[in-house]
Amino acid sequence: MTTVTDPSAAAARATDAILGDTLRGTARGVVVDSPPGAGKSTLVVRAALELAAAGRPLMVVAQTNAQVDDLVVRLAEKAPELPVGRLHSSDSDPYDKALDGLDNVRTSAKAADLAGLDIVLSTAAKWAHVKNVEPWGHAIVDEAYQMRSDALLAVAGLFERALFVGDPGQLDPFSIVGADQWAGLSYDPSASAVTTLLAHNPELPQHRLPVSWRLPASAAPLVSDAFYPYTPFHSGTDHGDRRLSFGVPSDGSGPDRVLDEAAESGWGLLELPARHTPRTDPEAVRAVALVVRRLLERGGAATSERGPDPVPVTPDRVAVGTAHRDQAAAVRAALTELGVTGVTVDTANRLQGREFDVTVFLHPLSGRPDATAFHLETGRLCVLASRHRHACVVVCRAGVADLLDEHPSTEPVQLGVTVKFPDGWEANHAVLAHLSEHRVTWRP
Amino acid sequence: MATALGSPAPFGQSQFALVRGNAFEAKVKAGGGTELLRLLFERLGAGADAPGEAVLPDLTAAGPEGRTARTALALREATASDGWTLLDHPMLALEVAGSPVYLEPDAVVVHPDGTWTVVEIKSFPMIDASADAAKVGAAARQSAVYVLALERIASVTEGARVGHRVLLVCPKDFSNLPTASVVDVRKQRAVTRRQLTRLTRIEDIAAALPEGATFDPGCTREELGTAVEAVPAAYAPECLAACELAFHCRARSRAEGAVETLGRGVRGELGGLTTVAGVLAAASGKEGDPADPTVAALRRAAALRAEALETADGGARCR
Amino acid sequence: MSLITTLARLEAVDSGRARPLATVCHRHLTGRPLVLVPLTTAGEAGAPLGALVGTDRDAPRLLAVAQPRDRDLRFAFLAELAEAVLPHIESAADAVEPAERSEVDPETGRRTKVEVELCADAAQLIVPSRAGIDFVRLLGRSMRFRRTAEDDPDTPYPAPARVPLLGRWLTHYGERARVPGSSLLLATTDLLNRHWATGQSSLEDQHLGALLAWIDPPPGESGAEAAFRAELARDGAGQLLCPPAGPATDPAFDNRLLAPAIEAYDRARVALAAAEDGLTADARLGELSRAEREIRSLLAAVMRPTWDAVWRGLDLARGLPEGARSQDRWTRDRWSFTAHRDRVRAGEPPQPRRDDAVTAARKLAARETAQAQVEAQEALDDPLVLAGRRLAGEAFLGEVTEVEMTYTESKRPSPRPLVTVRTDERPHLGERTKVYRSLDGKPQTAEFVGYAADLAGRHAAESVAHAAEGPAGAESALVLRITDRMGRGREPAPGSVPEPGDRIAWTLFEHDQRGGPALPEAENTPWTHGGPPGGAEEAEKPDPVTAEDLL
Repeated sequence: MTTVTDPSAAAARATDAILGDTLRGTARGVVVDSPPGAGKSTLVVRAALELAAAGRPLMVVAQTNAQVDDLVVRLAEKAPELPVGRLHSSDSDPYDKALDGLDNVRTSAKAADLAGLDIVLSTAAKWAHVKNVEPWGHAIVDEAYQMRSDALLAVAGLFERALFVGDPGQLDPFSIVGADQWAGLSYDPSASAVTTLLAHNPELPQHRLPVSWRLPASAAPLVSDAFYPYTPFHSGTDHGDRRLSFGVPSDGSGPDRVLDEAAESGWGLLELPARHTPRTDPEAVRAVALVVRRLLERGGAATSERGPDPVPVTPDRVAVGTAHRDQAAAVRAALTELGVTGVTVDTANRLQGREFDVTVFLHPLSGRPDATAFHLETGRLCVLASRHRHACVVVCRAGVADLLDEHPSTEPVQLGVTVKFPDGWEANHAVLAHLSEHRVTWRP
Repeated sequence: MATALGSPAPFGQSQFALVRGNAFEAKVKAGGGTELLRLLFERLGAGADAPGEAVLPDLTAAGPEGRTARTALALREATASDGWTLLDHPMLALEVAGSPVYLEPDAVVVHPDGTWTVVEIKSFPMIDASADAAKVGAAARQSAVYVLALERIASVTEGARVGHRVLLVCPKDFSNLPTASVVDVRKQRAVTRRQLTRLTRIEDIAAALPEGATFDPGCTREELGTAVEAVPAAYAPECLAACELAFHCRARSRAEGAVETLGRGVRGELGGLTTVAGVLAAASGKEGDPADPTVAALRRAAALRAEALETADGGARCR
Repeated sequence: MSLITTLARLEAVDSGRARPLATVCHRHLTGRPLVLVPLTTAGEAGAPLGALVGTDRDAPRLLAVAQPRDRDLRFAFLAELAEAVLPHIESAADAVEPAERSEVDPETGRRTKVEVELCADAAQLIVPSRAGIDFVRLLGRSMRFRRTAEDDPDTPYPAPARVPLLGRWLTHYGERARVPGSSLLLATTDLLNRHWATGQSSLEDQHLGALLAWIDPPPGESGAEAAFRAELARDGAGQLLCPPAGPATDPAFDNRLLAPAIEAYDRARVALAAAEDGLTADARLGELSRAEREIRSLLAAVMRPTWDAVWRGLDLARGLPEGARSQDRWTRDRWSFTAHRDRVRAGEPPQPRRDDAVTAARKLAARETAQAQVEAQEALDDPLVLAGRRLAGEAFLGEVTEVEMTYTESKRPSPRPLVTVRTDERPHLGERTKVYRSLDGKPQTAEFVGYAADLAGRHAAESVAHAAEGPAGAESALVLRITDRMGRGREPAPGSVPEPGDRIAWTLFEHDQRGGPALPEAENTPWTHGGPPGGAEEAEKPDPVTAEDLL
């Protein structure tokens, strides 16, 4: 698809509309859907600063301590003079020590200590313990799709109005116990905060950021079609704006060939022979590690719209994603064995919200004898396939398409629950079909 | 068929359930479908005039082909009209792997705007607006097949559109009064469509189709038996609730020592090991490469398990 | 399924007998549980067919409905069920002990201790299977909104006096059964499946007869053979030798035995109504009673095997010593039971049809806490459960090799001993991961400092890799810093610091669970969740009744 409109202009229009509704609108809530890398954090920081500038006391609710700390740092970069409060838990090491070096950031475990500051930030879990305070006029709820409805219930009394920002395509919140008895209720406590909010307030203005600045032109259409079929978005850059190149030519091995394919097309599928394996499939794990090592050894360099010169792809610009923790641990060990350090290796859950130049992921269904709901979850695959600015390499055993065919989704259906799109089974097929065009088969 | 193969079949339906199901469907459709159309209008009628008298075309014809043709004709006429039409037990055909499969939905309603809505009538209750999710899921998959079959007719019918939201009608709470809920079957439709394009094996197709679908039974029992034996053993315990042949397959699966006999999930951590004997031999150290993570994990599990059982027996607990 | 459970199942296949999954009993069993074996009518929601109920295994009370679609007979059944169940509940409700509960003083806002009553024991209810629990819930839902003639003299088809009350109690039991680790209402299959692994799948384990066949097969027969017989063997008349544990019946029973018996009963009723003189009426009444007796004996015959199976299951579970911490969970069940008693006594309305936003969120939070709690407690009570957690890297056992005293750097230094532990296990430890051990029944906290080899200067990642992926049996030495429970002084209290040679089980999970934050009161439900719930009256309204309840 070609975009006739300038992406920057489209994005700016969306942002203006969002800020307009937030600062001057009358609705109690504004909802913003943000696809991967569409500038969600930038929006949050900008909205926070404009609300502060307008003299509106603001609380910010994020889901993890790392997210809160990241926002505090970004705010301090943009507005070093602004008095900001970081409300934290009373556990040991409750926040990033870097915050102590920021002059206008005050930290405390008590909300009362931070009263009167322009902006106070904390996690939803900590905000839930704040009682008997004057409500804030405004709140920004970040990663609202990853927040559970009951968590919003616990904090919604603290603010009058709020801006809810998040990515509907990432992993849904979950509960460790069954919550079926509330399925179909508008306020199902295990549903996402946005689902409940919109069920009760369908008239709220809903916006969406239309441009992904992270995903390259090679990735945005696939991710948009497979995971956001009813709310498409575009890449902010065009084909040719981003280039990945290597200083060392290919040695003809599978890892090198798949890296070349990914550099050329944005995607690479390194397909190992079909085999049922344990989760920590040693061959697949080693293949992932080899791809990463060769990427670094061959002097990968990325050219982008950010500058004229190629920038070396250093370990901190590379990530490996897995479905399970033990797989991540196995990949880390394999990388260590190959002498590679500094590369981020984590599960999809922990990679949410992060960005790298090149990612390598072990397909969640690789080598599996069965496809469970966990492995088919749309959000998991979406996170793994949307962390990169330049290229994504997938390592997988052959036979996943057949595996999917053997496990058609026969999910139970709860009456009254809004159908979430797309279906994991369908999305997996779509991604696989695309990846198969960039397949490099390799027998290690 | 299961009896023919010598395995006991656990199935059959209680006549109480049968009588109740039929009585309920008759009640829902009584009075020229007035109640059914009222429910449908309440939940899916936005933008149209309330149905007064619905047209109920006669769909009788000779044989499935005749009924299918009659249904298509009735659908075309109904779409051309600007009123409400109720098709009671229409017959639809779906081409699967080269052979037509005939399907008989409980009802299809044609809206004045040309929308076709599938209606499923089930006798499980909706209590306080919720129902057994497994049963609703099955009904949704079943309806999705009907939607696909209808879409083929709609594609050649002027002004027709098949609704992806179907109406599920069930008894309300503990009464025999009907109530209804709208079920969005877009997911099930997408999955079924992909299956139909990918599936070539007849047994998979059978599993994907709703009960009541009829194949042309062109083969003898002996042929059936041979065919069943030829099917690769894909038995999983879930089959027991769904298939008459499951006990037969289970016996074969057990005889082969397949680990899936214990549930699909069991395979997840066993990697390439597929038999009970193989896993136990690996766990006990008799077979397998200790460098294989599956084997290593099994041995750790076996050692920890043995140690814990010994601890409990000896009564010597660690602090 | 965890690998260690899979292994137990495979062992069961191999040995032909169920294998233990626990070494202690993790569910509290009272001395006098009430067993309920219900049957329902196929195709009808909430039309009970019969039940065996009671606390004496040798003398179950038989309740039967000769024509389940007759509202009067159904009410008679429910009234009888109330008479069988409520006295059991009420006897427990009346025996109390004094207890303390902390409450927030509405005036001062402070937490204070208040003296309250706590039922000394709660009335325990046992059903055969999970479907039985669902049926208890369904019965509760079908009864609690009924009106009696006393509630409202004009109500059409008034329910017998104690039926709505039974509905409220059964609803409470059904809800409590959703709380992980609770024992107020137990399904025998769940109880047995928690403690034994059979050589069949968890789906097949829902069949009580097959499950018992694996756990306690008859002499000379393997579990698989006995289970196969329990599932499928039929007598000459085509009836299952081991009828399903209900509430659903076997279609063959419905079609071949029950339907003709009910038809005979219906005919006898019509004939009786048509009798024109006393003599005929007497004779036809005799016919009717015979028809009714026939139905009762048919139902008794299909329920009795399940009744006996439930008691056999209880015997088997009682054969295990009770886990130390299951008492703690039972105390929570007693609190829950007492709280419901108090709500009933205070004249509060029946539980609403669907929870409001705040109630739903509170229940979910409480259940998540209970889930974490039962997982922790079972592992602490049972080395076999702990073994599963160790395999998963969530706990480890190790021998203390070295203790080095260090102190906090403050004006009043506190002890922070560094303990080196050797283990061949692979816990998922990261920087400053907290670990816990049980010290006199209370948790003591330590934090992971590092691998001894790294601390001695070896390459950090190397030993992490080593620990994560090394071959089985490879040992590593971990250094932990103890951070609490050593008393107030500079020197740790005696016995509070591990000593070299101690073998200690450490867990990465907490032993006790903190409850979540307080949620707003329902009347303060925020706008995001629809605001305060209205229409409490609506929720309590009885279900509409139709004249043609008799289908």
